[in-house]
Amino acid sequence: MTSTDFTLAIEDLTVSFDGFKAVDNLNLYLDKDELRVVIGPNGAGKTTVLDLICGKTKSTEGSIKFRNKELTTLAEHEIVQAGVGRKFQTPSIYENLTVYENLEISFPRGRGVFGSITFKCTEEVDKRIKEIADEIFLEPLLDMEAALLSHGQKQWLEIGMLLIQDPELLMLDEPVAGMSVKERDQTAELLKRICKGRSVLVIEHDMAFVEKIADKVTVLHQGKILAEGDMQTVQNDPNVIEVYLGH
Amino acid sequence: MNFIHERLLGGKNGMIGIAILAALIFIILPVSLDLFRLNLVGKYLTYAFAAVSLVLLWGYGGILSLGQGVFFGLGGYAMAMFLKLEASDPVSTKIQSTPGIPDFMDWNQLTELPWFWEPFNSFGFTTVAVILIPGIFAFIIGYSMFKRRVGGVYFAIITQIIALILTVLIVGQQGYTGGINGITDLRTLHGWDIRDDSSKYILYFINAILLFGVIFLSRYVLTSKFGRLLLAMKDKEDRVRFSGYDVSNFKIFVFVLSAMIAAIGGAMFTLQVGFMSPSFVGIVPSIEMVIFAAVGGRMSLIGVVYGTLLVNFGKTMFSETFPEYWLFLMGGLFIAVVMYFPNGLAGIWDKHGYKLTSCIKNLQCVSVIKTFIENKRTKKIEAAND
Repeated sequence: MTSTDFTLAIEDLTVSFDGFKAVDNLNLYLDKDELRVVIGPNGAGKTTVLDLICGKTKSTEGSIKFRNKELTTLAEHEIVQAGVGRKFQTPSIYENLTVYENLEISFPRGRGVFGSITFKCTEEVDKRIKEIADEIFLEPLLDMEAALLSHGQKQWLEIGMLLIQDPELLMLDEPVAGMSVKERDQTAELLKRICKGRSVLVIEHDMAFVEKIADKVTVLHQGKILAEGDMQTVQNDPNVIEVYLGH
Repeated sequence: MNFIHERLLGGKNGMIGIAILAALIFIILPVSLDLFRLNLVGKYLTYAFAAVSLVLLWGYGGILSLGQGVFFGLGGYAMAMFLKLEASDPVSTKIQSTPGIPDFMDWNQLTELPWFWEPFNSFGFTTVAVILIPGIFAFIIGYSMFKRRVGGVYFAIITQIIALILTVLIVGQQGYTGGINGITDLRTLHGWDIRDDSSKYILYFINAILLFGVIFLSRYVLTSKFGRLLLAMKDKEDRVRFSGYDVSNFKIFVFVLSAMIAAIGGAMFTLQVGFMSPSFVGIVPSIEMVIFAAVGGRMSLIGVVYGTLLVNFGKTMFSETFPEYWLFLMGGLFIAVVMYFPNGLAGIWDKHGYKLTSCIKNLQCVSVIKTFIENKRTKKIEAAND
């Protein structure tokens, strides 16, 4: 298949580290505006898939097409500029800058060396930063140093830093890890809001949370897809119960 | 107006800092020191260029270069080559077997000027070369390292090795470079004698003005989004990369800029001291520059100037009395600063400076003057009302 309607089309993707296949002949398709959750036991290759999509790890074989654009040959920043945003497992924000500055830096303009020197925080940028801050529940904390945020707030801030880039594909690696129950609910609501108009790929362990947000779930096991479908189907799949849910 | 205030001077606090430093360098030191000492200060201030360059590169960029001496030296050598050619006219070198070439070339049996010396007959070319040659050199080093994501301690070691290689090269190629003695006996610039008293004053002030120019330029760069990106990269390089920035380009740029700044210092060094030698290129001067920045506070463009002056005064005084212990003291100082004052003098000032300023405000004479002024003002207002 050379041309697809999918936002993301992963075909025959394999990566091997010294003979160990972390991802093995994987095929995964993501529709426009779809929210997909990837689950699976530890070491199933979930994070590696995200690493491969965003260019952090180079694939051994196979192709990753984002809106029919091959990603495997692009550098990380080019993949981001093509419209892919990725949140890391541990909150990855700039601790020594304020919330506002964190969002300002992530604003997708002035990305070159000279562009960044002449970059001006115009009213438009300012407005957008406040909009995003409002969306991620951090509007009152704009001037706070990011190091002082709670763990959950840091997770939100990183999501906000991706949102301000308005990516067409948003990848979130365990967005609710370490969050309180209330924060989880807020995050679920946030995810539902932000997946409008873009595709979202989420890795998550918390089944209760997955149930709340997922349209479609993919179960990974040993680098391969074990099951795929809506939550109900996946939960009743004997294979899935055997390797993952049963334990 | 706002642009100058916020972006170049660094707001109210930055302005006070700049004003105090300017008063010190432009007024207090020239008035209170004799020419010999002032010339020494001028020499120290050329090192301050290297220290300022390290604020950009090391303080903000988190990239430790142990080879700033390379760029300082390249700038200095470029200037020295021009001055040497001017000092080697056929008349004053007529006793040589080949008149018209620098004396050290004649001693090394060279019979004509090497091709790469030719362009340095032009002052225009030299001024450009002072900045551009170190810049290009830094670009090559930076490109080949940062594109491969070499960083941290490896970068420091490689820059240190480059400093060593360049020293060995200069010393080894005596006929082309003047060897271990360096390029000496520099006299005039376009016929203007750089050794007499008035020109020493003039060069001191040119140097000081350039230093402030470089501080303003650095402030402009650091207060932009570029500056915040440097801090962000220091903290979470991957996050910056996955926010759509080509991290290596930013590192290359800041490395090249810092090389150019250090090179201006080198050229001014040659002009004020009257020679250039490999002892200002190698590992020891490069590490000394890092110490100046560490002592002054590597996040502070103003602080490092004080750091440079202080360490160098200390060096001059201390090494006159106990020359053999200086290096130990310097090493100890570096360790102490890193351990107890990671932000250097600037950090101490930020923490305790307000005590001093409030102390000055509370001084009796200040309050007397204050009441005096207030009394005058009220009298004036009363007079106006009448």
